[in-house]
Amino acid sequence: MLNEQEIKEIEAVAGHYPMKRAAGIDALKIVQKHRGWISDEILNQVADVLDMSATDLDAVATFYNFIFRRPVGRHVILVCDSVSCWIMGYDTIADHLQHRLGIGFGETTNDGRFTLLPNVCLGACDRAPVMMIDDQLYGDLDAEKIDKILASYD
Amino acid sequence: MEQPLTQNIRPDRPPLNLTEYENAGGYQGLRKALTQLSPGEVTQLVLEANLRGRGGAGFPTGRKWSFVPMGDDAPQPKYLVINADEMEPATFKDRLLLEGDPHQLIEGIIIAAYAVQAGIAYIFLRRAYVTASQRLKTAIDEAYAKGYLGRNILGSGFNLELYLHTSAGRYICGEETALLNALEGKRAIPRSKPPFPPMVGLWGKPTTFNNVETICNVPHIIRRGPVWFKSLSRVPDGGTKIYGASGKVRRPGAWELPMGVSIREILEEHAGGMQDGLSLRAFLPGGASTDMLTAEHLDVPMDFTSMQEAGSRLGTGTIVVIDDRTCIVGLLGNLMQFFAQESCGWCTPCREGLAWLAKILNAIEQGRGKPEDIDHLRLHTRLITLGRTFCALAPGAMEPLQSGLMYFEDDFKRHIHEKRCPWR
Repeated sequence: MLNEQEIKEIEAVAGHYPMKRAAGIDALKIVQKHRGWISDEILNQVADVLDMSATDLDAVATFYNFIFRRPVGRHVILVCDSVSCWIMGYDTIADHLQHRLGIGFGETTNDGRFTLLPNVCLGACDRAPVMMIDDQLYGDLDAEKIDKILASYD
Repeated sequence: MEQPLTQNIRPDRPPLNLTEYENAGGYQGLRKALTQLSPGEVTQLVLEANLRGRGGAGFPTGRKWSFVPMGDDAPQPKYLVINADEMEPATFKDRLLLEGDPHQLIEGIIIAAYAVQAGIAYIFLRRAYVTASQRLKTAIDEAYAKGYLGRNILGSGFNLELYLHTSAGRYICGEETALLNALEGKRAIPRSKPPFPPMVGLWGKPTTFNNVETICNVPHIIRRGPVWFKSLSRVPDGGTKIYGASGKVRRPGAWELPMGVSIREILEEHAGGMQDGLSLRAFLPGGASTDMLTAEHLDVPMDFTSMQEAGSRLGTGTIVVIDDRTCIVGLLGNLMQFFAQESCGWCTPCREGLAWLAKILNAIEQGRGKPEDIDHLRLHTRLITLGRTFCALAPGAMEPLQSGLMYFEDDFKRHIHEKRCPWR
């Protein structure tokens, strides 16, 4: 069930637009911040709050990269695979991450710690290769640095 | 060399708060615009300054503003949307301005909104720019508290509400009509044009779009005038430009330089030249969707007109340097994979065409290419063009491919003949 805090945040952001349904993306992100991902049950409830159909909201949810319709780990790793990072050694760091975590892209570690996702350009090409973990950006990556970074997450 | 856009930006400290920004001359352009100038006079100054849009298309900003219906009969409310999506691969120039001096952007937004008499403005920010989001929120709150946003700004009778919308990802959101749909809470699929957004945009109302860097120039133009602004540039386009370089150069980064500096100057003086043992083979001058150029173009000035004459585009002005140890075919495969994945799926040439081209390029890269593949690729660069697709995404994807085939056909042939990538 959506809690009061979530409903309050959704209604506040809905005030930024002339139509409630425009806040769909914001609303899903608010709920995801609290719950990690968007279950069918929650999607239906958010749609109710926004006076729209769940099908319409799901069409939106499945279009955007950062709305997760499946459970994810405690931390989401986004690895940039676009051109500057590709030149600067994306292949090596992508291999290292998969090997170190024991999972492929789109998968979550057994302990629920990390989900590994590919991502388009993160806009930090002067520090390539880069990745983000949750809201934190990491640049100038190599295998050694990645190991240190991973160790700092619980 | 004057650097108005980055004068307040220091990498080692947080951005100026509102009071510090005012002490550095900030919000004086706003004061002048709202208390001494009519909206038409603001637009006229921007027109005379020859400010061209920094998002990539280079459309004159003053002319764009002049398309918006004005006067009592104009539909209300009117909207201003700041495109801070910056998802063109290899582009990181707006990040510098968003994180480095958020009040400069807010001041520009208020002046621009006044010029087109927009009552509501949105900043459409990409999800990955978390620091920018936090700093913008703080700065917007400060501007409201000081009375620069809200009702009756500086006693002028002008009202403006400014909202920050943080996106949930997808390259197509940078296309302005797709962005309209994203802001309305829909799938970000482009709309057909006409009608054009200045007339019929967000929720059917007049909507003006501007890029972050474009808007950051506006306070300076109003405060110091069009003659000064044009004097910053080495070419007829006014102002400075944030240029960038990534790839295997010694010092990748972004720098504010006079509009029209040469590519050589950017890469050798500012980016420090190539890393040891590498030489420059090619570069993408302004992001992933610009035509590749080669060492023979290093002395071309980086401005809209010169880059077009050289067979490419200024685009976002952030250069991707391709060294002699990087495989051009592999790089084109990476670019095409990006465009295929980011296609919104609405029109067939883009949804189907780009995916096939990515497959062909990856097959060649992996040594499974056939001699006729080169003709297939070339044919598609002539088929997937503006007018056959719903928006500019797929035609943009053809730009690096067609130039890659033109300059480096032998690389493709070597892959196919040797049945492997010779660069691996």
